[in-house]
Amino acid sequence: MIQVRDLRKSYDSNAVLDGVNFHIEKGESVVVIGRSGGGKSVLLKHLIGLLKPDSGQVLIENEDIVPMNERELLRVRRKFGMLFQGAALFDSLTVEENVAFAFRRERSMPREEIRRKVCEVLEMVDLPGTEDKKPAELSGGMRKRVGLARAIIYQPAIVLYDEPTTGLDPIVADSIDKLILRVRDRLDVTTVVVTHDMRSARRLGQRILMLHNGKIYAAGTPDEFFQSEDPVIRRFVEGVSDPKELYF
Amino acid sequence: MHVQARQWISEWLEGLGRLTLLTRESIASLLTFKVAWRDLLYQTYFVGVKSQSVVLITGAFTGMVLAAQTYLQFHKVKMDTATLAVVSVSMCSELGPVLTGLMVAGRVGAAFAAELGTMRVTEQIDALRTLATHPVDYLVVPRLIALHVAMPLLTAESIAIGIVAGYVVGAYFYGIDRVYLWHNMLWYTQPPEVVVGMIKALIFGGIVAMIGCYKGMCCGEGAEGVGRATTEAVVYSSITILITNFFLTLALGKLFHTL
Repeated sequence: MIQVRDLRKSYDSNAVLDGVNFHIEKGESVVVIGRSGGGKSVLLKHLIGLLKPDSGQVLIENEDIVPMNERELLRVRRKFGMLFQGAALFDSLTVEENVAFAFRRERSMPREEIRRKVCEVLEMVDLPGTEDKKPAELSGGMRKRVGLARAIIYQPAIVLYDEPTTGLDPIVADSIDKLILRVRDRLDVTTVVVTHDMRSARRLGQRILMLHNGKIYAAGTPDEFFQSEDPVIRRFVEGVSDPKELYF
Repeated sequence: MHVQARQWISEWLEGLGRLTLLTRESIASLLTFKVAWRDLLYQTYFVGVKSQSVVLITGAFTGMVLAAQTYLQFHKVKMDTATLAVVSVSMCSELGPVLTGLMVAGRVGAAFAAELGTMRVTEQIDALRTLATHPVDYLVVPRLIALHVAMPLLTAESIAIGIVAGYVVGAYFYGIDRVYLWHNMLWYTQPPEVVVGMIKALIFGGIVAMIGCYKGMCCGEGAEGVGRATTEAVVYSSITILITNFFLTLALGKLFHTL
């Protein structure tokens, strides 16, 4: 479904992605972990063509999206839904207008049908009755739910999550994790989650990829990760800093 | 110093190139007629209706000052009745479009840059792209059309109020003969003057829209990035309007003089 081949991306002289290779099968649920600022979100944005790499390939259903221009990418992006770190809701629109954004732009569906779909998807994310609210009136967790509703309303084949639980309290984070699993199981989508929350990673991932120094340092099941003896993986799993490194 | 100058020129050229690409993309999008009418109406309201007060006040006081200054000079050579003609010709071909352009750059260009810049730093523009919507179609084109519709109207309004204000100053404050004042104004203000003003307004509208949108969509990270984009949108729009005005005056003057 998704193949990444020798992906490289640098900002000034800093190589954020330095030859990343992996593939994701259809219907698989993959979690990408790594340190903050380590290039996880940059990698995720390459999968949907929001960023152009310096070199390498990103194949979506065997089609390389790297050489495509913005208009050609619009077609490929219909296969995707994406939940952003801050939800990225359009502040000037209501919840309903946000969720129904793509349908309203296409004007391919009657209003009643759109409203029905919006209600259905808001039910799925446990936010019925919020259609007329503005994003400013919602809490962080609710905004993420609306963001997710917007991402899945047109039933994409792949859903990308950029730090879905960052900035949320543990209870809301837990509910978002459950929601991601529910969406995965009900819609049978391929899921890619970027996170540094190991609890989420363990629950959400059938497979975990660890991004370290711009490369996929390790790949395996959550159990393999949690039982690993590798010092880099252990430090990350246990959240222990390296005394030789400065973190501030 | 030499290296810095080279870097500055290279960045400036890069920016100009990107702006040109954005303009090309906008024109291509414009030709597909995929405009969201609701957004277009809102932008036209925001640009046109909400800019009324600032444009009217600028036009009125410019007309009044111009009438006063012209009268004070013309009175010395007994040409008082030509005062309003000077006001009218200046307002139509130069001051109306330029001052309206500068005011709109300050109000609307800044708002475009701030709004789009905030959308960029909060990933709303990326969200648009993931929803299979081209940001140029959704964000730039309605603003570009709105400014092209509103700028000539605002300029016409500014010119009209400037002439009326100049007439009031000339006729009631300095006591110039009203009939000659009005008659000379009509006699010397030819259609080409008005057409030149409207062409300039149309072009200035495009400049404000493109620079405002470009600065917003390419702004740096965080509040500082949005602040800088807003300031640069106003400064670059204003400077571009003033420089373009000179060349337009030469080109349109030659065109209409030949015709």
